[in-house]
Amino acid sequence: MASLWEYANPVKFTRTAEKVLPWVSILATVTLVTGLVWGFFFTPDDYRQGSTVKIIYIHVPSALMAINVWFMMLVTSLVWLIRRHHVSALAAKAAAPVGAIMTVIALITGAIWGQPMWGTWWEWDPRLTSFLILFLFYLGYMALWEAIDNPDTAADLTAVLCIVGSVFAVLSRYAVNFWNQGLHQGASLSLDKEENVADVFSTPLYIAMAGFVLLFIALVFLRTRTEIYKRRAQALLARERLG
Amino acid sequence: MMPELGKYADAVLSSYIVSIILLIVLVAMSLRAATKARAELQKLEERRRG
Repeated sequence: MASLWEYANPVKFTRTAEKVLPWVSILATVTLVTGLVWGFFFTPDDYRQGSTVKIIYIHVPSALMAINVWFMMLVTSLVWLIRRHHVSALAAKAAAPVGAIMTVIALITGAIWGQPMWGTWWEWDPRLTSFLILFLFYLGYMALWEAIDNPDTAADLTAVLCIVGSVFAVLSRYAVNFWNQGLHQGASLSLDKEENVADVFSTPLYIAMAGFVLLFIALVFLRTRTEIYKRRAQALLARERLG
Repeated sequence: MMPELGKYADAVLSSYIVSIILLIVLVAMSLRAATKARAELQKLEERRRG
């Protein structure tokens, strides 16, 4: 079996992306459409939340991705800092806009759900606030990549920012457990049968979550390959200028 | 075919519409950037080969 580090080679990575991308994209589309269509059209209303329970099929997967994309960026940033593999730094860069959009979706759908259920669009609740800060970290991370010309320096500084931002990614996940005074309820999914959402809601939810994960994988492959192409083009241009 | 969403129809529909639009924009921008980067790289490689 090939070592994971082989994929740190840009050529190997782009070849693998060429092979994997069509299949992951098809699988992502099928799972995402199945999860969302099932959740929207074929699940009953909740006895307390009414039809707003259908928002769960977007809100929970996007919130899950918002946090976990940052952790993926943390891992690839650490790989860059420790082993100096360019592909890992580019993968972190490629993932950031995906994570930012997931965070925006989680914030918007949460606000839309909160208005009829809590009577407010927004509350400075620990989980909501840490999510907003996480979104600002995503924006800062992307801005930092764009602000620095030297790609290695940009990778170094964004990796440090990523480590700092991980505190808020953890807080976003566990804020409900750390501070018990917020509006936001605990996790929708739990191994505890009593706390977990009912099966009628959880099956399409798991499918939608798988769809979001697969969409993220497809986008990261695509966007990392794009970053590799851009880096290669920059190198060729620099070589041309040198004569 | 459309489920009965009752008084929360606006909230549910707007959540789905906004999210789907954002996802489509993200995918479209990623595909556009990929096509552009590949074309630029091919142009440079052809120029290099002469």
